[in-house]
Amino acid sequence: MSFGVGKFEMDELRIIVGTMVILSGATALLVVIPYLLLKDEPPPPGLKPYTALQLQGRQVYIANGCVYCHSQQPRDIAQAPDATRGWGRAPVSADYAYDTPHLLGTMRTGPDLLNIGARQPSADWQLGHLYQPRAYTPGSIMPAYPYLFEVRDGAALPGEKVVNLPPQWAKPGQVVVARPEALALVDYLLSLDRTYPALKPLPVAEPSAAAVTPKEGS
Amino acid sequence: MDFTVGVLLVTFILSVLALFVFIASMSKGLFGGGGAAAVQIFDANELGAVEDPAATQAQRSNLQQAMDPDSSADQQSRQEVITRLRVDQSSSLVVGVCLTLSVIWLVLASLAGLIASFKLHLPDWWVAQEWVTFGRIRPIHLNLVAYGWCSMAGIGVALWLIPRLLKTELVGARYALLGGALWTGGVIAGTIAIATGHSDGLEWLEYPWQADIPMVIGGALVGFPLWLTLLRRKVKHLYVSVWYIGAALLWFPILFLIANWPDLHFGVQQATMNWWYGHNVLGLWFTPLGLAAAYYFIPKVLGKPIYSYNLSLLGFWSLAFFYSQVGGHHLIGGPVPSWLITISIVQSVMMVVPVAAVAINQHLTVLGNFRALLYSPTLRFIVLGAMMYTAASVQGSLQALRVVNDVTHFTHYTVAHAHLGLYGFFTMVMFGSMYFIMPRVMKWEWPFPWMISLHFWLVVGGFAIYFIALSFGGWYQGLAMLDKDVPFMQSVALTLPYLEARSVGGTLMTLGHLVFAAHFVMMGWKFGPKRLGAALLASPRSGTRKPGPMPAGSTP
Repeated sequence: MSFGVGKFEMDELRIIVGTMVILSGATALLVVIPYLLLKDEPPPPGLKPYTALQLQGRQVYIANGCVYCHSQQPRDIAQAPDATRGWGRAPVSADYAYDTPHLLGTMRTGPDLLNIGARQPSADWQLGHLYQPRAYTPGSIMPAYPYLFEVRDGAALPGEKVVNLPPQWAKPGQVVVARPEALALVDYLLSLDRTYPALKPLPVAEPSAAAVTPKEGS
Repeated sequence: MDFTVGVLLVTFILSVLALFVFIASMSKGLFGGGGAAAVQIFDANELGAVEDPAATQAQRSNLQQAMDPDSSADQQSRQEVITRLRVDQSSSLVVGVCLTLSVIWLVLASLAGLIASFKLHLPDWWVAQEWVTFGRIRPIHLNLVAYGWCSMAGIGVALWLIPRLLKTELVGARYALLGGALWTGGVIAGTIAIATGHSDGLEWLEYPWQADIPMVIGGALVGFPLWLTLLRRKVKHLYVSVWYIGAALLWFPILFLIANWPDLHFGVQQATMNWWYGHNVLGLWFTPLGLAAAYYFIPKVLGKPIYSYNLSLLGFWSLAFFYSQVGGHHLIGGPVPSWLITISIVQSVMMVVPVAAVAINQHLTVLGNFRALLYSPTLRFIVLGAMMYTAASVQGSLQALRVVNDVTHFTHYTVAHAHLGLYGFFTMVMFGSMYFIMPRVMKWEWPFPWMISLHFWLVVGGFAIYFIALSFGGWYQGLAMLDKDVPFMQSVALTLPYLEARSVGGTLMTLGHLVFAAHFVMMGWKFGPKRLGAALLASPRSGTRKPGPMPAGSTP
């Protein structure tokens, strides 16, 4: 540092060194430290890894940009009434142990989906809602996804999943059949269930802790 | 807990120390050559002479009258005129290519945004094709705006500014041409990837890594001419715009590389990385490029130096330090370590320091010269953009506060805020810069001044509707979501009129862009009446010097 000695001149070297030092600091803070802190965090016992089909469905969720309208991070009840709406408890970082890429989301044009599998476990409802959201939720502004389905005259082939629409939305003589993408997506949605307790069970070996707080069954 | 306290303490001490160092050094006047450095962008006798190639002859003489009617500053020496002509010509090819590409992206990005906007209140419109579903056309819009329009425009303007600021012909333009081509390839590939369902799934980082590679290399290559030209520079002091451009060109490839590294990030850590990137791409890429342009064009058009040169140094370093750490405020209330969010909130509020430095500098330079806005098309866009920068930044600091964030997060309010920054500020500054630059690049003036006015009023009117409607709609949406007695669907229903108003505003903005693009094309094909003077480096008040290229070897 040459304060008080010569003139402080912004030259190439100072720009390069200064900008790199500052960027390293910010990167350490927001990228590296979280990496080191969370790298070895074990997944909670209540959380199951995604199946192959669910992972396919997750890709459908990503490909169609569900994240631009749906968050996957309910707020604590002190901050917002998310739990009151049935969206679930505030999540902890371990709840996302299998979530890469993360889908936390930044918008709630639609509701939070972290626990949609627990809140709306009917595959028929999910399929019909994807085909025509307004058949189930009047006033919804969610797009319809007809390209995830096939509309055909006549009957479905054996093994095909027929979407059962409410009577006023069903067209006589036609069937709506779910494509594999729709089935995978619904399987993923139904897997979204973080209703297990967030806190780790207390260690049994510690008698004082056990005496104060009796161990709860999880 | 000890760790949390430690990190907070270190950051706090660093911030406060940095602040004291700046205040101490400022009070001792240690920063740069002060006033002398601020007039570096002018030639010897040029101070007091206005410059706006986008202005007509009449506008220019009015501008000069408004600024300094008694100026005797029209005696740039012939040598200086020749030097500037050569300097401007040295970058014209690469700048012309970058800016043309940026205008193409602007039109496509606007159309994508408009489609997305309509889809939000017409959910059954155009649903049969998957590439145009809301969840694809929205990220296509964002990426085309960010990496197509804004980046290409910013790079083009920066490449034009570099030789002007260094008073040296641009060296290594071919690296930038190659870089721009790679970058464009990346944007095309990435956009197709999103449209066909191959998005990475992270906001601002949707392009898959295959498309990111050419963008990292291209981003580094467009910086080459800066460093090569710096080696040959003819000025001693580096003007503030050079710092911003240099820093941005260094920062972007690194940010983009770390953020897109495949299979490195995971779960919640990826979320913090996502917003480290998401905010840094604004703060360390677009903002410095926009500020570099504003710091050059405002004083250059007015013919007077910026208000306080020393302040700009404070503004630069505090922007770099505070802005780089604010990303965590996107995760307030999320499942991330609370110390991280607290640091980001604190630094978001500290952003008031660089914003005040820039605001004082740029606004006080213009203060008292508002009549100049009437006569200078360039200035009209850039001064408005600089005001929007102040507004967007103050709004951003407020939005980071927990009490405000609880309402605005997850709502359309945030979308409005993002547009205030990237549209109100950055895009406006780029429009103004391009109006100044293109006549120099093309050696042809803008054919129809009325089209510039029409462009201005369409985008200003359209954006006012867009921003006001979406801000109110988003705020009410947030309040409804926080009220446990209000059903969620009501928070959707109440936004509809505001979303429709946004589509109206967006339509006007898009029309403005089409007018701008049409004008740009007409200029490219050299349509329109040929007027003498404006597009050339004549002395501002005589302005009747014969056009035509100056012979390279001619001497006065």
